[in-house]
Amino acid sequence: MTSAIAVDGLRKSFGSTKVLDGIDFEVAEGTTFALLGPNGSGKTTTVQILSTLIHSDGGQVRVAGHDLAGEPQKVRGAIGVTGQFSAVDDLLTGAENLMLMADLHHLDRAEGRRRTEELLDQFDLGEAAKRLASTYSGGMRRRLDLAMTLIGRPRVIFLDEPTTGLDPRSRRMMWQTVRDLVAGGVTIFLTTQYLEEADQLADRIAVLDGGKLVAVGTPEELKRGLPGGHVRLTFPDAATLQAAARVLNNQPDDETLTIDVPGSGVRELRLLLDKLDQAGVEVADLSLHTPDLDDVFHALTERAEVTR
Amino acid sequence: MSDAMTMVRRNFRHTQRNPGAIIMTIGLPVVLLLLFVGVFGGALQAGSRSGTDYINYVVAGVLLMTVGYGATTTALAVNRDVTTGVIARFRTMAISRASVLTGHVVGSTVRTLLSAVLVVLVAFALGLRVHGGPLGWLAAAGLLALLTIAMTWLGVAAGLSAKTAEGVAPFTLVIQLLPFLSSAFVPPESMTGAVRWFAAHEPFTPIIDTLRGLLLGTSVGDRWLVAVGWCLVLALLGYVWARALFRRDPNR
Repeated sequence: MTSAIAVDGLRKSFGSTKVLDGIDFEVAEGTTFALLGPNGSGKTTTVQILSTLIHSDGGQVRVAGHDLAGEPQKVRGAIGVTGQFSAVDDLLTGAENLMLMADLHHLDRAEGRRRTEELLDQFDLGEAAKRLASTYSGGMRRRLDLAMTLIGRPRVIFLDEPTTGLDPRSRRMMWQTVRDLVAGGVTIFLTTQYLEEADQLADRIAVLDGGKLVAVGTPEELKRGLPGGHVRLTFPDAATLQAAARVLNNQPDDETLTIDVPGSGVRELRLLLDKLDQAGVEVADLSLHTPDLDDVFHALTERAEVTR
Repeated sequence: MSDAMTMVRRNFRHTQRNPGAIIMTIGLPVVLLLLFVGVFGGALQAGSRSGTDYINYVVAGVLLMTVGYGATTTALAVNRDVTTGVIARFRTMAISRASVLTGHVVGSTVRTLLSAVLVVLVAFALGLRVHGGPLGWLAAAGLLALLTIAMTWLGVAAGLSAKTAEGVAPFTLVIQLLPFLSSAFVPPESMTGAVRWFAAHEPFTPIIDTLRGLLLGTSVGDRWLVAVGWCLVLALLGYVWARALFRRDPNR
């Protein structure tokens, strides 16, 4: 499969602050790639560079098959950007904002009008079409913003924290839009601080911290690589706890009367319970802890914190 | 070219939507004219030895102020585009890069010239008497248009360089203060010391003198060369400055 985005050794500093210290990744065509990271980790900077807004200090980047440094105008023709740093025009109505984009994409009047109607409909903005964008709610602005991006039918779309500050309903709607776009063959590059969002949408995730990518992979790969899964067993009293600790050869927590056993697979669980059953140890309660992306995120960014 | 036209249309729409801009560029100069003629006119008339009506003297100065207000409005509009992120969006699109700036300059120039026409019409109603003839008027209009373009490009640059709307204030101050330290409202000869020297040498004085001469039909001499020269220098300065600011990476 060809890459919609290929980044090799990307570097960027602001003054003496290194924001991106040589990052590499590839995004396959027609997939969703999520860039995760704490605030100020350089997510927005990465989007700004990939969308031709600012220059990098070094590295090779190809977007939609075009060299970013050599053919920025061709890159611009293939991409769409929606995010924190780009905006809608407050002094125009929703419909006028879309028509402005249609004109800038050199659609003829009729086609521009048709596309505008279509997108207003799709994004549930039909009733607000004739109102100034300055009167829109946060969710409406974000929807208009994305609709404006879609006018030119971009092949690669950058979404910089597209759902930050949105209510759950608007967020679901945004997610569905992203899924529909990807189903239509569009490539999505997304930054987010919501791990659930990355888990829901992304085919591949990269975690950015301290100017470097500390992990890249599918959500499952990232979770698997983490020793976070365990079974927590709770026992009725201290004596049973001690007995269980001897059977399982494990460190008990005397205060909570619990033992954490690593591993959370079905087979491991069955073996564990069999063992306790044979030894006649009574278990009061049992809970399963599978690692989620939050665990991955904390483990990765904390590790980077220590080594920095 | 079509991108620039789209941006000009956008700019006209903005003007309709922004009553503040209309009052600032179109209404305020007329208010200023009324103020100078109605409030200060009598006193200034008494102090002048030329014998012509003060309105004949002051109309060129008010036209300069008109251009200044237009440039200030442009600076604020450009700054708004920068701070809201609209320009960032345009920059990531495959459009003619400077078209958004061209849209501002063309839109502002048309607004300012309309306002100038209004000022002249009101001045006529207040008793302006001119003998410039069609050719003089045409030349005056040309000079005013050139000055407007120059000041508007400076306004665009000021708007791009400011991080917030408040950052535009120094530009506004300079643009609106300089006419008072020129031959706009009183002849520099009536001033004293350093102020007089400054008023005689700053760029606005030859421009205003030429404008006044062309309108009234009095002798201009070779002052017009200096006036046009200054306009061209200011236009080039504004354009080059604006282009450099637009090309550099925007602030985070």
